[in-house]
Amino acid sequence: MSWLDKILPSRIRASKKKQSSVPEGLWHKCSNCEAVIYRAEYEKNFNICPKCNHHGRISARKRIDIFLDKNNREELFVNILPKDVLNFKDKEKYKDKLSTTQEKTGEKDALVAFKGNLKNMPVIVCCFEYSFFGGSMGSVVGEKFSRSAKLCVETKSPLICFSASGGARMQESLFSLFQMAKTSSALNELASKQLPFISVLTDPTMGGVSASLAMLGDINIAEPNALIGFAGPRVIEQTVGEKLPEGFQKSEFLKKHGSIDIIANRMEHRSIISNILNTFTQN
Amino acid sequence: MAEYNPNYLDFEQSLLKIEDKINTLSNSTDKNESTLSQISKLKENFESETIKIFKNLSDWQISQLARHPLRPYTLDYIEHLFTDFTELHGDRMYGDDPAIITGIAKIDNLDFMFIGHQKGRDAKEKVHRNFGMPKPEGYRKAHRIMQLAEKFNLPLVTFIDTPGAYPGIDAESRNQSQAIAQNLYTMSNLKVPIISIIIGEGGSGGALAIGIGDKIAMLEYSIYSVISPEGCASILWKDAKKAATAAEALCITSSKLLNFNLIDSIIPEPVGGAHRDYVAMSSALKINLTNMLEEVKLKNINDLILQRKNKIEDYGDYNVDENS
Repeated sequence: MSWLDKILPSRIRASKKKQSSVPEGLWHKCSNCEAVIYRAEYEKNFNICPKCNHHGRISARKRIDIFLDKNNREELFVNILPKDVLNFKDKEKYKDKLSTTQEKTGEKDALVAFKGNLKNMPVIVCCFEYSFFGGSMGSVVGEKFSRSAKLCVETKSPLICFSASGGARMQESLFSLFQMAKTSSALNELASKQLPFISVLTDPTMGGVSASLAMLGDINIAEPNALIGFAGPRVIEQTVGEKLPEGFQKSEFLKKHGSIDIIANRMEHRSIISNILNTFTQN
Repeated sequence: MAEYNPNYLDFEQSLLKIEDKINTLSNSTDKNESTLSQISKLKENFESETIKIFKNLSDWQISQLARHPLRPYTLDYIEHLFTDFTELHGDRMYGDDPAIITGIAKIDNLDFMFIGHQKGRDAKEKVHRNFGMPKPEGYRKAHRIMQLAEKFNLPLVTFIDTPGAYPGIDAESRNQSQAIAQNLYTMSNLKVPIISIIIGEGGSGGALAIGIGDKIAMLEYSIYSVISPEGCASILWKDAKKAATAAEALCITSSKLLNFNLIDSIIPEPVGGAHRDYVAMSSALKINLTNMLEEVKLKNINDLILQRKNKIEDYGDYNVDENS
């Protein structure tokens, strides 16, 4: 943001932003290279910019749809629904915000779980839905993840999780924090049966999700240029009072610092993960 | 009007007035019968006023007590509580984080391994301890201690008091997330008893990273939250000044968390808070801690781990739709 933008009242800033954006619908403007792409072409390319390979966000359902074999899919734990235990209310009631978000996204909460096959190997896949409360982890996400891990133990299947999350769900307070313990504990069970857990970190994977299940993969795979970290860049900037280095908390930065194994394009996930799982489960 | 005294929080200013009167009378040179009786009356006043104030604390006031600049920290409890303590340093990989203290500890004849956050008291120590915000090397040092506890079959005791894990460039470069996640993973399956006590501020993942246990207790005026009230206020209310409202909404006090079954017990604090009487606080903590240690020691370790796992699995609340 330039200094001029900073002094403008937010109302003016917002209206200015609206004018310059590409009309919703027919066209998509890449947030990285600003290329304007025909939306149908962008979606056919699984939300990857054909010009710069920028991996745009993609819905959990669409991701699972590209990832799993077409046959024998079954959605899991659809009956687990969010509950406003604390009667939480900020500017609006959490309960109301939940229903409007459910209506808007068509999802019940921020994690979608499926049983299916990956190149004929039975697997369980969990996927965060970022458009649902920023993919934040509350009781439902924790429960569905934990049940998925359990089902893996019962069916002797590997677990794959695609994360896209801002962290813990504030509106569920300590219940959400404790989901970090719950998901990490569930992975212990999986490990004790020598079942692989592949964690795919996508843009963004932050806070409580990054600091629990997402960093606990036997193999950690990241999509290119994804923001991955514990604290958000703005918080860090405010704390240390200096500008963050170029590419900070991006996949490439994490790989350089030894935090992830592989950076892989979205279209390669099927083959890379299938190869790893075949090798890991042959004995 | 007396000068602002940081030892008394905003809501305790009436106590300060009484204390000033007591001091003036005590310092006067001609102490006769009537001054002495006045002083003892004022002291009674002080007591009853304290009790009155502390009966109706708001969640925000409790948060201020949890972060009180004079509140006893881990090192104070080590001094007042432990019979013996050998501090151990370093994560064997990168460095030694002064924001987390670890070691071999003893209370009377009970031996255990110890991990605790440490804040600093004066400006210099605050910087040295990084305001109690650990970096990955702190969590990795803690992890090493967990493994030592398991290897030598000693119970693990942790004291929690942190605003949160450090949000810094160096911490992220060394993978703060993984350091925390690894501890959660290890603690949920550690084959020795674990007791965790929140002694001040339980700040989010940075607290939980040493906070999984068979017994989780909170001191009466400590707090435990997924995000600081200020942080929550600035995100959800877009106004950091709404911290008091956020504190209420987040349900971060010991009594509320006990009601939700997210902690196991509350350790009462002396009248006016832990900082008013270190000795009384330490002895209350000692009784509770030794009782918990004695209790977990009697249990079969496999039963204990199974119980711990079931407890962790039960965290969370959701609706189940019977129709789908």
